[in-house]
Amino acid sequence: MNPQDRTAECVKLEERVFSVKKRFLAMYKKAHAGHIGSSLSCAELLVLLKFAWMGQADAFILSKGHAAAALYALLAEANVLNQTQIDSYYEEGTRFPALPPVGAVKEIPFATGSLGHGLSLCAGMALGAHLNRQDRRFFCLTSDGELNEGSVWEAALFIAHRKLTNVVWLVDRNHIQGIGRTEDVMALEPLDAKLRAFGFHVVAADGHDFASLLAARDECARVLEAQNAPVAIIAETIKGHGIRYMQDTVDSHYLPMDDAQYQQALDELTNAHEAAVRGHRHAG
Amino acid sequence: MRMKPRSGVTVMRAEFAQAMIALFQKRRDLVFITGDVGYMAVEGIAKAYGERFINAGIAEQNAVSLAAGLAREGHLPWVYSSAPFIVLRPYEQIRNDVCLHKLPVKLVGNGGGYGFGIMGATHHALEDVGAMRVLPNMRIYVPLTAADVAQVVGMMAEDPLPNYLRLNTPAEIPGEISTFAPWRRIKRGRGGIVIGMGPVVCNLFAMGDPELLDDLEIWSVGMLPLDELPADLSAGIREKRPVVTIEEHYGACGLGEALSHLLLSQAVFPQSFTSLHAAGYPTGRYGSQRWHQEESGLSGHALRSRLHKVIHG
Repeated sequence: MNPQDRTAECVKLEERVFSVKKRFLAMYKKAHAGHIGSSLSCAELLVLLKFAWMGQADAFILSKGHAAAALYALLAEANVLNQTQIDSYYEEGTRFPALPPVGAVKEIPFATGSLGHGLSLCAGMALGAHLNRQDRRFFCLTSDGELNEGSVWEAALFIAHRKLTNVVWLVDRNHIQGIGRTEDVMALEPLDAKLRAFGFHVVAADGHDFASLLAARDECARVLEAQNAPVAIIAETIKGHGIRYMQDTVDSHYLPMDDAQYQQALDELTNAHEAAVRGHRHAG
Repeated sequence: MRMKPRSGVTVMRAEFAQAMIALFQKRRDLVFITGDVGYMAVEGIAKAYGERFINAGIAEQNAVSLAAGLAREGHLPWVYSSAPFIVLRPYEQIRNDVCLHKLPVKLVGNGGGYGFGIMGATHHALEDVGAMRVLPNMRIYVPLTAADVAQVVGMMAEDPLPNYLRLNTPAEIPGEISTFAPWRRIKRGRGGIVIGMGPVVCNLFAMGDPELLDDLEIWSVGMLPLDELPADLSAGIREKRPVVTIEEHYGACGLGEALSHLLLSQAVFPQSFTSLHAAGYPTGRYGSQRWHQEESGLSGHALRSRLHKVIHG
């Protein structure tokens, strides 16, 4: 891809992620709900998958289900969900609760959020497609705190052992988990070496920079095409990214926004979006 | 109680393996996942199933979620391990990934109850049926005889729900009994009514008390949740006869509790209701499956004396 096209793709994705973020911030504000930091941490990753990587037949599992609002907003951006549906977020009787539900839409194949399930589910679907001789890909986004769960490593062993090259594992590496920092609670580093030792081709990326994410996508595609190893992207991210008072805090996992904070969030996101677009154009 | 522990567990796995191989001749959507168990049992399945046989290693949580993913893609996965390992280790995966999504994943536990005998408490499954019973959409199959197994496998393959199959040491019951069913009358009698789950029922025929046995009416439950009471059984209980349940399982959440709820909800009142069930490890000692059954009062002299007490006072 030539630099102009890459710039145009990045700008297009920036517009998408700005729209997705505005959607889920509005949902969180209306619901007076937390988990905002989780969604801001992975918004670019979700947009990359939906608008620059996944095909119609591919599937995605949000194993870190706490970012469900970002997933719902993404699906609304892709016209899978309508405004009424995402407006019902957190409402009594909603089909779209705080974490991904059972059977709401086919784009959410499994209810998740109890951590450590998604990668195995993804492996099962990928194996199922392989047995059906289907050329489809299966994407799973885990958090980093989630890697405390032993079942993730069971899945990693299995995927690597069977060389499931129709699975893409993305790790949202924001360094924050339940009530502390990952390296203080249960150290994960050197995470890339661990995944490599398991047999994965590991790609490092800046999880908030589409140029970096598209490069990671292309590297993964090359490795998967060669069928020689399963891939994992460790995306360096910031919990609550883009909003100063939330950034890199445990609080951003839990606390809802008041009116002033919501306005501040929108203002800062707008500024950050405009800067990001300028940055891509300058780089291009 | 000083019995020589048996060296191995025969259970029903040979019949199960044959049934799985036969089933694969009829339908090719099966996937067989083992949790790295089944030495001298699953080799034939591996050969028949080819790439559809998966040894997922000693990793039951992954195996169950894997099966849910396979089921989501239209396959019919069977996940095989020892009963305690397939039920308890991946319990949340069974609830979230399989049962909540109503996926036709077939869990197979070898060595239900005290089936692994001298292997000790970690290898026994005395709460498996109860654990599965409380999960949404789950249907449990408990064969009684070796001949039941093939039929049960066929029924499970047609059952759209998640299932748990509890394999155990097969019962040897004198005379002919009808084919597998949710309820089966194993023997007619005019006295107390004994309702059992699984091969522990056969211990009633080996108590060495022909008079007591002759008096008993014996039923076998093969599936949970319980179907409606058969009319014959309901009528018998309404004659104010004592009812006894027998199961190689803890009392909590087992057959006795399930049946007592059913009887109460249908206003069918027996003369008395007694649950005979596994006692766990009251002396802290270990032995064969039969030894543990006897220690729990589920076989031999202990069973005979308990039944005498219930039925004759």
